[in-house]
Amino acid sequence: MHMADALISPAVGGAMWAATAGLVSYSAKKLQKDLDERKVPLMGVLGAFVFATQMINFTIPGTGSSGHLGGGLLLAILLGPYAAFLTIASILTIQALFFADGGLLALGANIFNLGFFPCFIAYPLLYKPLVGEKCSQSRIFLGAILAAIIGLQLGALGVVLETFFSGISELPFTAFLILMQPIHLAIGIVEGLITATVVWFIQKESPEILQRVAASQPFGNISMKRLLTGLLFVAIVTAGSLSWFASEYPDGLEWSIAKTSGEEELAAPAGIHSVFTEIQEKIAFLPDYNFKQTEETATAESQASSSWPAVDSGTSVAGITGSLFTLLLAGLIGKGLQVAAKRL
Amino acid sequence: MIKIESNWLDLRYLDDLAAQDTAICRINPCVKLLTTLILILVVTSFPKYEIAGILPLLFYPIILMNLGALPAKPLLKRLLLAAPFVICIGIFNPLLDHTPVTQIGTFSISGGWLSFISITLRFILTVLAALILVATTGIDAICFALLRLYVPKVLVVQLLFMYRYIHVLLEEFLRTIQAYTLRSFHGEGLRFKVWGALVGQLLMRTIDRAQRIYQAMLCRGFDGEFRLIRTSRLRSQDMMYLLGWSAFFLAARLYNIPEFLGMLLMGGFR
Repeated sequence: MHMADALISPAVGGAMWAATAGLVSYSAKKLQKDLDERKVPLMGVLGAFVFATQMINFTIPGTGSSGHLGGGLLLAILLGPYAAFLTIASILTIQALFFADGGLLALGANIFNLGFFPCFIAYPLLYKPLVGEKCSQSRIFLGAILAAIIGLQLGALGVVLETFFSGISELPFTAFLILMQPIHLAIGIVEGLITATVVWFIQKESPEILQRVAASQPFGNISMKRLLTGLLFVAIVTAGSLSWFASEYPDGLEWSIAKTSGEEELAAPAGIHSVFTEIQEKIAFLPDYNFKQTEETATAESQASSSWPAVDSGTSVAGITGSLFTLLLAGLIGKGLQVAAKRL
Repeated sequence: MIKIESNWLDLRYLDDLAAQDTAICRINPCVKLLTTLILILVVTSFPKYEIAGILPLLFYPIILMNLGALPAKPLLKRLLLAAPFVICIGIFNPLLDHTPVTQIGTFSISGGWLSFISITLRFILTVLAALILVATTGIDAICFALLRLYVPKVLVVQLLFMYRYIHVLLEEFLRTIQAYTLRSFHGEGLRFKVWGALVGQLLMRTIDRAQRIYQAMLCRGFDGEFRLIRTSRLRSQDMMYLLGWSAFFLAARLYNIPEFLGMLLMGGFR
């Protein structure tokens, strides 16, 4: 399940994009040092392969439902972590652009959830140590299932955290967690099984494909720590600066702050906000309308337990009328353009 | 129609739309990408319960779909297909959030329903923006725009390569699935063991294909360096497009336009 833009906030989306962008540049740099040129067409074709295979469902006996390959772990096994991460990023980009499977702002989060956890955590820390050079059937199955389960659990946790921190959906954290984790445990087991099946097939048919990747440099502990700390730092800085920017707009967050703390709305950070406020006061037809109401409701309802500012009934009637008019206008413009296009 | 075939046709259809020669298609791809991203940022930055403020942004898809000669039905169909996940999460809002927020006459509306409608609006806007971007720009131009925006070349090359071979592989997979379906007595459902063998075979063939592609590249003088050349200029129309839409989005974010229009109308009646 890919995250949609409708449920994400700019701060969370931006932070995840920063993390993903950092990982992409890191993987790209590491790949440049990799002297195996054959990897480039292989990456492209395997990306297309996973994309196409995701559309072939198999029936799960006894449940009447069907499943399909996720592909993250399989790509990591066939290409190594860096190339696999870039390949997964490209698959998710095409899915987001052409099939609306996940939004563009949420793409960073999706690439992180579905790429970082299988490629940089599940594969090097679970599958590779377990399987490594000795590719026996039991080891492959055990390694793949464990790695897939952990990778998907972390990915699902990522989705829950991102949705929770965005604050658009009302789902409480624990409820969402209890909903997501068991489902993804089952999905993880299935994913592990089918990845193991495919890998075992390759191992029997042409083991040299796997041996090349298995023999490559293992992940050093030091670089992993540096990578994770760097990512964390970037994510916190980006989230902090974006949410500061977002909270400068004179509604939503500030109103709820006014509600819960009883402070005046106008005690706002200096700079851009005061400039906007001045402009708004000068241009707005009825400048006192909203502001006065805000102060009154702020002081009157500062004790209220509701964390949402009550929308003025007067404002909302005007809002509804205006909204209907806006929709009408949009429809007319659309029709008008169509007619104009036919005439020309 | 089996899923793989319908998805493949959708892919080609969007590509064909992008190959038209309309006014929107001629605008610089970087500008179109940036405009889409600004729209998505603005839409997602609205507070949880905002409905009226988001509505004016609907002008963007409506105007672009008309100027770009994009048929509404396929886009709306794709919208519907992508909707279930968002609706399933969003429907919990009315169930969990009962704080009465506003009154229309004697009706008291809970915050949950407002946020649910807001989520639906956001979904429609963001998905349409992404689809319109692809339908008016095409993958080649988007990749060029990504390159100009400092995305690492490896990733752009990967996108182009992958896109090129998606069609090839989808066709091959489709043939394989059809051959199996014609010979089996189980209808369209693939049993797990069969799936494993099938996908394993397809993977072997894919890796062989990659090897042939690499050798073909070597025969044509591949030296490890990918050279992507595409000329595109930044004209005044492109800058006006970017600035005009950005100004509109910011205005819609900072001022509640429907409310203003509503007050005008109501003031006019008095």
